Amino acid sequence: MNAHDEEHMKKLLQQALPPVKGDSEQRRDLWPAVLRRLDARPAAPALTGWAGFNSAWFDGALAVGLFGLAAFFPASIPLLLYYL
Amino acid sequence: MQNGESGVLNQFQQGNAAAFETLFHQHQRAVYGWILRITRNPAAAEDLTIETFWRIFSAHARFEPARGFEGWARRIATRAALDWLRTKRTENELSAEMLDAVAAPVEADAAVTAEIRLKTAMAFARLPPKLRIAATLAVIEEQPQKDVAAALGISVVAIKLRVFRALRLLRKDLEEQGIRP
Repeated sequence: MNAHDEEHMKKLLQQALPPVKGDSEQRRDLWPAVLRRLDARPAAPALTGWAGFNSAWFDGALAVGLFGLAAFFPASIPLLLYYL
Repeated sequence: MQNGESGVLNQFQQGNAAAFETLFHQHQRAVYGWILRITRNPAAAEDLTIETFWRIFSAHARFEPARGFEGWARRIATRAALDWLRTKRTENELSAEMLDAVAAPVEADAAVTAEIRLKTAMAFARLPPKLRIAATLAVIEEQPQKDVAAALGISVVAIKLRVFRALRLLRKDLEEQGIRP
């Protein structure tokens, strides 16, 4: 698909699904519903120790793993980019 | 950032309910509007706005006041909307009425019939949610790519790639239906 086709598809998509009206507002006040939701499912307290396993640690390990994979197997870079 | 604003953000970070209410009233409209752009379904957008603010309050301890509230809230809202797209069979809910319900009027191209528009919308609904959300925000809603990238937590290059893949898959789907876009 070349740049011209891409522009054409964008225009077709905009014709099929026009943008949402900018002035659309919610039909009701949502604050009472948020309060009910917080009462029903209270916000989880901050965890500590193993139970407070921080996902940032996992993200870091995953990033290191991906960099390692890319460094040792450069052929995998296009595949990694494709699945971004 | 003004001192008052900064104070509210710091209080919210410590779990202060009044600060959370202030932030809710300041940002609910923007959060709802952003989610509506993704879902195109007012009822779902309201439910997801509630879900988003619940997630926001649940995560108050991880909030970094120095980075501002709006972008953080938008990112959580985007994730909630993406979860919704993943669980919904949007294609089954599409109808001409729904497509027009929240859409702004546009100048229709005479060469594009109503049937082609509906088939394009249905083909678009069949795309993988992560491609659909990128194309919805960047192409249909014409949001700046850096804003879309920030909301999805990926790079601008990745947004461009996702949009390209979405349009390519859309074109392929339409061609399989005998429509030459």
